[in-house]
Amino acid sequence: MASTPAPRTLYQKIFDAHVVEQRDDGTALLYIDRHLVHEVTSPQAFDGLAAAGRRVRRPDLTLAVPDHNIPTTARADARGHRLPVADPQSAAQLDALRRNAPAFGIELIDDLAAEQGIVHVVGPEQGFTLPGTTVVCGDSHTASHGALGALGFGIGTSEVEHVLATQTLLLKRSKSLEVRVDGRLGPGVTPKDVALAIVARLTAAGGAGYVAEYTGSVFRDMSIEGRLTVCNMSIEAGARAGLVAPDDKTFAYLKDKPRSPKGADWDRAVAYWRTLASDPGAVYDKVVTIDAATIAPLVTWGTSPDDVVAITGIVPDPAALDDPARRAAAEKSLAYMGLTAGQRMQDVTVDRIFIGSCTNSRIEDLRAAAAVARGRHVAEGVKQALVVPGSGLVKRQAEAEGLDRIFLEAGFEWREPGCSMCLAMNPDKVPAGERCASTSNRNFVGRQGPGSRTHLLSPAMAAAAAVTGKLTDVREFA
Amino acid sequence: MRAIDTIAGKAYPLGRPNIDTDVIIPAHHLKTITREGLGQFAFETLRAEPGNVFDDPAYAGAPILIAGDNYGCGSSREHAAWAMADMGLQAVIAPSFSDIHAGNAFKNGILTVVLPQDQVDRLLEVAKDQPITIDLENQTVTTPYQDRFTFEIDPFRKDCLLRGLDEIGITLAMDDAIAAHEAKMQRDTPWIEGAARAA
Repeated sequence: MASTPAPRTLYQKIFDAHVVEQRDDGTALLYIDRHLVHEVTSPQAFDGLAAAGRRVRRPDLTLAVPDHNIPTTARADARGHRLPVADPQSAAQLDALRRNAPAFGIELIDDLAAEQGIVHVVGPEQGFTLPGTTVVCGDSHTASHGALGALGFGIGTSEVEHVLATQTLLLKRSKSLEVRVDGRLGPGVTPKDVALAIVARLTAAGGAGYVAEYTGSVFRDMSIEGRLTVCNMSIEAGARAGLVAPDDKTFAYLKDKPRSPKGADWDRAVAYWRTLASDPGAVYDKVVTIDAATIAPLVTWGTSPDDVVAITGIVPDPAALDDPARRAAAEKSLAYMGLTAGQRMQDVTVDRIFIGSCTNSRIEDLRAAAAVARGRHVAEGVKQALVVPGSGLVKRQAEAEGLDRIFLEAGFEWREPGCSMCLAMNPDKVPAGERCASTSNRNFVGRQGPGSRTHLLSPAMAAAAAVTGKLTDVREFA
Repeated sequence: MRAIDTIAGKAYPLGRPNIDTDVIIPAHHLKTITREGLGQFAFETLRAEPGNVFDDPAYAGAPILIAGDNYGCGSSREHAAWAMADMGLQAVIAPSFSDIHAGNAFKNGILTVVLPQDQVDRLLEVAKDQPITIDLENQTVTTPYQDRFTFEIDPFRKDCLLRGLDEIGITLAMDDAIAAHEAKMQRDTPWIEGAARAA
């Protein structure tokens, strides 16, 4: 590898630096620097280890945080004692993590800790995620960590067990994909809209087999939190990971985080991180370019995250699709969503609002939503409007800024951190037939609860939908 | 992991693109702490549709599923592969698979066969009333009508599937190489392990 003079992409550099052994069959044993563990995809992995009498090789590189099925209502009584979780199966998974983490020597940030939150919010916020590291978690949205220049990707439970036991994974190299977005984003256009525009452009399958690198002025100008939103949704285009080259913004974000390097280590780390950019002349296997000026505030209409349309647009007509399989899928989507071709997106009324998830639950997301909610009120027909901070630290920051008051006065609910209504594994669900304007990442059939209907959009657009009761162009609130 | 070589039998002719893992197994069934018993919930939302292939007696107990583009996209949940294995699936044929799900299927002894869309379309037609045979050793899919399609598979995965190997056991035998990497990491990038725990 070192003998190869050819210019390399950022992905190739990180991959090369972690190869423990290159095998003749094209697979490589890759070292894993950071392993995030949550309660849903780990119990069977720990059981497998115990059954085989195996230990965790590097508990010091592993961090456990419950997030998927913990309730977002109050977790402790007035005396600070933990309240029981009503769903016995959720309680069993949370208890399993509480048992397995100490049994295997792994640090656990449990439900009552201020630092608890969604793993993909906690990792960057703690400085656990660092540029140039490999980060895995039994969760497909591990792609998020690429925002800091880390190679983050989701794995299944057998792989969780493999990483716990060996701190490595057997992988084939992915192909490289450059997604370049240049120009200036228009008013009301947020990182979420950029993410949806990319997914729409690539399609839900277009990134399969690739690791995406996001380049161009839009990402250079974008905040770290915005980059986290974009990288988070890489998997919605099929790309297992998405990367942004680390820069001064990245270093400023990480400086003095609880787990970021300190002192001489910090200086050495930054010097190394500055080498983590794709070399001039590095060749990507595929390049996609998007002009920032063409991106409008977006919303999804169907049951695949690439079913995207401008908020000013209409529900597309499946009959216009050439491919019979896609036409049939679109027809099923519209029937499930209760929409008709040609209907104006802005005429679609919503029952629930969800502001949260690993895509959009950080402080900038909450500020953007609060800016729209301030001095307004949730519309009459809206049954529930949830705001769920991504971590306890985000919640604390938001409260220090008075955002909780803005939301509460506007009729939103202000909750404890967790995955919440993104995936219907905890009490926050969208009932069958109801429609939710959601800042999460997936509009799959039944994703927010059996029979639920999801429209993905940005935090500001979700807040706008809350106050009007229908999908709304946030630019009208400017 | 059980060894597999030839898979022959009926195939569910599903053929739909973008079957995500939320469709294969909805999140409300992910609260189990074991790998077993998920087959009864597999494809629950599709099974709610009248005339679906999974409840058609003609395909009962089929070991093969034929799907459209991007099978297994979305969530990384291995519960999807567990549910598929638990309902008796041994192979899925599709024009493309999500990277994560293909890995999960492999780890559970389910073969993922990638064939071009026109060949998948042909198999969907044949599978309506005829069995399909997948020969892993020779990397072929054949039908009683003399169709013979060849597919590519990663040599390592093929070997593991044919021999039913435990991947963790294989990797643990490479301990020296892993330890050597850790020594290099301590020397060249010491902050990686130094900073993992909160100061």
